[in-house]
Amino acid sequence: MLDARGMIKRRLGLRLWLSGGWLLLLALAAILAPWIAPHDPLMQDLFTSRLPPFWMDGAEPGYWLGTDSLGRDVLSRIMHGARVALIVALIAGTATALIGATLGLIAGYFRGWADLVISRMVDIWMAFPPVLFAILLIAVMGTGLTSVVVAIIVIDWTRFARVVRAEAMSQGAMDYVASAQVAGQRRLGTMLTEILPNVLPTIVALLTLEMGIAVIVEAILGFVNLSVSTDSPTWGGMIAEGRASVHRAWWVLVFPLITLFLTVLSFSQLGEGLKDRFDPVLR
Amino acid sequence: MSAFLSIRNLSVALKGGPRLLRAVSLDVAVGEVRGLVGESGAGKSMIGKAVLGILPHSVEVVAGEIWLDGVDLLRLKPAERRRKVGATAALIPQDPLTALNPSRRIGRQITDRLVDILGWTRADAESRALELLGEVHIPDPARVMHSYPHELSGGMRQRVLIASAFAAEPRLIVADEPTTALDVTVQKQILRLIAQMQARHGTALLFVTHDLGVVSKVCSSLSVLYGGLVLEQTGVRDFFRAPQHPYSRALLAATPQYTDPMAGLNPVPESVIAAVTEEVAQADRGWRHG
Repeated sequence: MLDARGMIKRRLGLRLWLSGGWLLLLALAAILAPWIAPHDPLMQDLFTSRLPPFWMDGAEPGYWLGTDSLGRDVLSRIMHGARVALIVALIAGTATALIGATLGLIAGYFRGWADLVISRMVDIWMAFPPVLFAILLIAVMGTGLTSVVVAIIVIDWTRFARVVRAEAMSQGAMDYVASAQVAGQRRLGTMLTEILPNVLPTIVALLTLEMGIAVIVEAILGFVNLSVSTDSPTWGGMIAEGRASVHRAWWVLVFPLITLFLTVLSFSQLGEGLKDRFDPVLR
Repeated sequence: MSAFLSIRNLSVALKGGPRLLRAVSLDVAVGEVRGLVGESGAGKSMIGKAVLGILPHSVEVVAGEIWLDGVDLLRLKPAERRRKVGATAALIPQDPLTALNPSRRIGRQITDRLVDILGWTRADAESRALELLGEVHIPDPARVMHSYPHELSGGMRQRVLIASAFAAEPRLIVADEPTTALDVTVQKQILRLIAQMQARHGTALLFVTHDLGVVSKVCSSLSVLYGGLVLEQTGVRDFFRAPQHPYSRALLAATPQYTDPMAGLNPVPESVIAAVTEEVAQADRGWRHG
């Protein structure tokens, strides 16, 4: 029994460490990219185009993951692309969480007309296909970091609002909330001390999940050339370019795809791990 | 008016729906322990919730007055009402498992109201909380103060809740079936504890229960409810000697006799149910949703 618990704990720990480790590595690569990236991510050189990764015949030293059809270093482009991906993940994820969770808390705890308004808004929002909505927004606002972040907030706040609302409603029915109210606590105070701490693990899990989603949305926008700007590399843009030459140079497509996959997976696993850490019963 | 809590013709209804309390009137004197008895759905918990201002969202007060310590709560503004209730009344909830916030330490949860409502310093509130935890026979109160709810057993949590209810020296406590969620053995200890605390602090108690055995142990008077209607109000001794209402008599007869295991159960007869249902319908005649 004790052993089983220990094993579960270790497993949780491993998941947390692996996902956290990958994200940390990625963050370091992104921050230090201008100094440690082996090549200029934008430098084109047709003499070194479509070089294969280091373990294949015909690889050139220094081009670890090969080059694309314009001779740009894939590894360097992935590292620089991580900057955009992580900045979008952090800013858009956090902002979406703040806005969505606040609205969800208010709707779920105060109910009444506030709930009515917020819930109707969520219903209407959910009727839009999200990616098309994002593309439409950026088409109107123009490309750029702000536009990408705003688009993600606008299409995804409902995810937080819905889940947090439901959670706040079930917490609000608990006896300890009634006790706090009987004790004369103000409604807003009750929301912050009684409801919020118990909804927080859910918000944290959703937040990291949202960061993963933000990375995907950024990649999709990059894929259709609507992300930050054309002269900074993005994973989505690389995947789009790699698609054209997948038969002659699969590595141009596959490496950014693997990076994207690992990053999104790590975010969701980190969320699960953190959720357990935040839960006083499991802690 | 000598009663500390005086409910006058209180009607509570589902929003846009039928009444759940039908013109309930009852008094609780200073230091009195009044039992509210009835089967599930009789509206006994609803009375306590209406007094404390914690009715569910789907329910509203449609008529009546609730006088607590000389003021009609229903005429106060929400903020004033909260302050008045917070300063004079407290709740011992039904289920100790959901009545403590799982993510906050016990100590904070007991001291909050002393600090927020009575304006005590945190240090004073903490020494008071320690004293109270001792009073409800919790071993090692200092450790419990720093514990999270899930680290305590159900009985311990109910003790904490009782300590917390008495912390601010309220003059009225609503105990909403405080022992139903506990083991039978623990129930007895908790009942004795509530009775002890009540006697020591002289608090008036509105004791919601479906268990007449519990009433006979802790209450001095009781009100019998059915379908949101008060059928009978009397002293506990009179009630057990000679219940007046036919439904009360049937309820008393339905109490299982543990002394004779071969005796079957006596459910309340259909004819009695039909009669009280008719009484409830009678009360609704002439009433229309405001």
